[in-house]
Amino acid sequence: MGQAIRDLVDAMANPVIYFLGSTVAIIVFILFRRLLTKPIVLIGFTIFSVAFLVFAWSDPNFNKIITKGDNIPILILLSSVVGFTWLGMRRAVINDDRIARGEPTLEGEVSKQKVFTWPDLVYPELICLVLFTALLVTWSIVVEAPLEEPAASARTPNPSKAPWYFLGLQELLVYFDPWLAGVLLPSFIVIGLMAIPYCDTNPKGNGYYTFNDRPFAISFFYAGFVLFWVSFVILGTFLRGPNWSFFGPFEYWDLHKLEPMVNIDLSTFFWVKALGVPRPDNPLIREAPGLIFLGGFFVIGPLILAKTVCKKIFEQMGMVRYQVMMHMLLWFALIPLKMFGRWLFDLKYLVGMPEYFFNI
Amino acid sequence: MNKLWKLIAEGQLWRSLFRHGYPDTPRNRTLAVLSNFFLHLHPVKVRRSGIRLSYTWCMGGLTFFLFLIETLTGLLLMFYYRPTAELAYQDIFALREHVPIGIMRELHRWSAHMMVITVWLHMYRVFLTGSYKPPREFNWNIGVILLVLTLLLSFTGYLLPWDQLAVWAITVGTNMARATPILGHEGPGAALLSIGGLDFIHAGDDVRFGLLAGRFVGEGALLRFYVLHCVGIPLAAAVLMAVHFWRVRKDGGISGPL
Repeated sequence: MGQAIRDLVDAMANPVIYFLGSTVAIIVFILFRRLLTKPIVLIGFTIFSVAFLVFAWSDPNFNKIITKGDNIPILILLSSVVGFTWLGMRRAVINDDRIARGEPTLEGEVSKQKVFTWPDLVYPELICLVLFTALLVTWSIVVEAPLEEPAASARTPNPSKAPWYFLGLQELLVYFDPWLAGVLLPSFIVIGLMAIPYCDTNPKGNGYYTFNDRPFAISFFYAGFVLFWVSFVILGTFLRGPNWSFFGPFEYWDLHKLEPMVNIDLSTFFWVKALGVPRPDNPLIREAPGLIFLGGFFVIGPLILAKTVCKKIFEQMGMVRYQVMMHMLLWFALIPLKMFGRWLFDLKYLVGMPEYFFNI
Repeated sequence: MNKLWKLIAEGQLWRSLFRHGYPDTPRNRTLAVLSNFFLHLHPVKVRRSGIRLSYTWCMGGLTFFLFLIETLTGLLLMFYYRPTAELAYQDIFALREHVPIGIMRELHRWSAHMMVITVWLHMYRVFLTGSYKPPREFNWNIGVILLVLTLLLSFTGYLLPWDQLAVWAITVGTNMARATPILGHEGPGAALLSIGGLDFIHAGDDVRFGLLAGRFVGEGALLRFYVLHCVGIPLAAAVLMAVHFWRVRKDGGISGPL
């Protein structure tokens, strides 16, 4: 029984199922938000998680990865993101009901009332600080900060992992070259975050939790923050072992686990498999299919969308806002696109020009 | 007892510290906030909706508090740490082995991890409540920069113990800079910057070299990261935090329905 559960969890944690499962979980959470934000659901989920943790604790492989000093924050991250997502959605559901009935929101109900900072704000602040300090001191006494062997540039540890908050980007290295995963996409995350207030022209939903007033914005942030950032950090921390190979939570981190790499470029698909001719020597002609695809994706795509599906949005936002938002969204969309290409067709690069380090 | 209290509260020393009575009347509560340098970060009165824990999650405040803990514990650690390749690991090792119930390093490390999490959750909350919308667009941008600075603070600090974990995590992280378009020697476009076979961008002068002061994570990188970690980034963060808090006030306080 125990072994069957372990095997099932290991199989379910496979990156493809993990990602698809997380996506489905978020969609279900949004669709059935009314039901799932009942307190009993969170209580049930917590009991289930704790029961699973107790069950898994005795497993040496699981225990080893969970109790590593630097991995404790990841557990805190996981539980707090789940908890706060639930709390935010619960308040959003209550507020949406109130708005539908024409009543003020939870926040609006009391926003006209003003209270003195002393004591109504400074006391809760003090209590928060004291409790948090107690937590940190206890944590520091119980868990020792890790210190490994002295640095040796000749001995590369396997796996070599970036600090945990960058593991989402390291996970992207599976699908993209470093110039995209490590430089361009992080820059776009920062630029995209900064562009948010200027691209979101919806005046509703300022200062209270809601879903119905801004369904796209909230869903987008769930996808960006919960799905692609936090869940990738968790994947990179707990499920990636030596050589960045995938390991289930109950699996032994075997240094010699082999994963076959038979990925092929889009150009090979086009010239060799579809047309049956060898790939041309000139890199520009060779990679023409990928270049044309990406050109269409980034240049013509937004224009066609502006004339059709997104016509209203385009008129609301104006050219500059629309182009900035579309390009950020398209870069974001390139990530799942490439992931599915890899899983379904073993796609390596859309454009592969190793001559110029230009691989997409 | 009452007499003693009266003696203290009416003495010159006490009155020079607090220019008002105990804050239990509206007047004194106002004065308590207005006449205190640290409390005047707050307005005298706040919206009831804005101070609910279920609304703010307290994440912004905790982030600031963690920054203060980091400053304090970091200062103490600086007394015992020398940022050179020979001594760095020894100093950290000595700190662990020779200090009975020493928890400064633990406090510093766990608080740093928590700070990354609280910053993320603060951003998450601000997004979910739409608090970046006008008039708070600019303050959201300051917040994004502070988020990046927090990650950089943590990243530069990661190297300082000079153990295998530190050096290789930074190696993996900074290897990305090799692939910077045009400016990294393995980045697209770098090969274009060459004349007659002479490359302008190579492993000895690209952005990664500038970041690490060398071709690999060595002594130069340690010193560079140390200075950035202890002086450069905290200063920048402190300035931006001041702007961030000031703008919260100027943009209408903690967000709430209009």
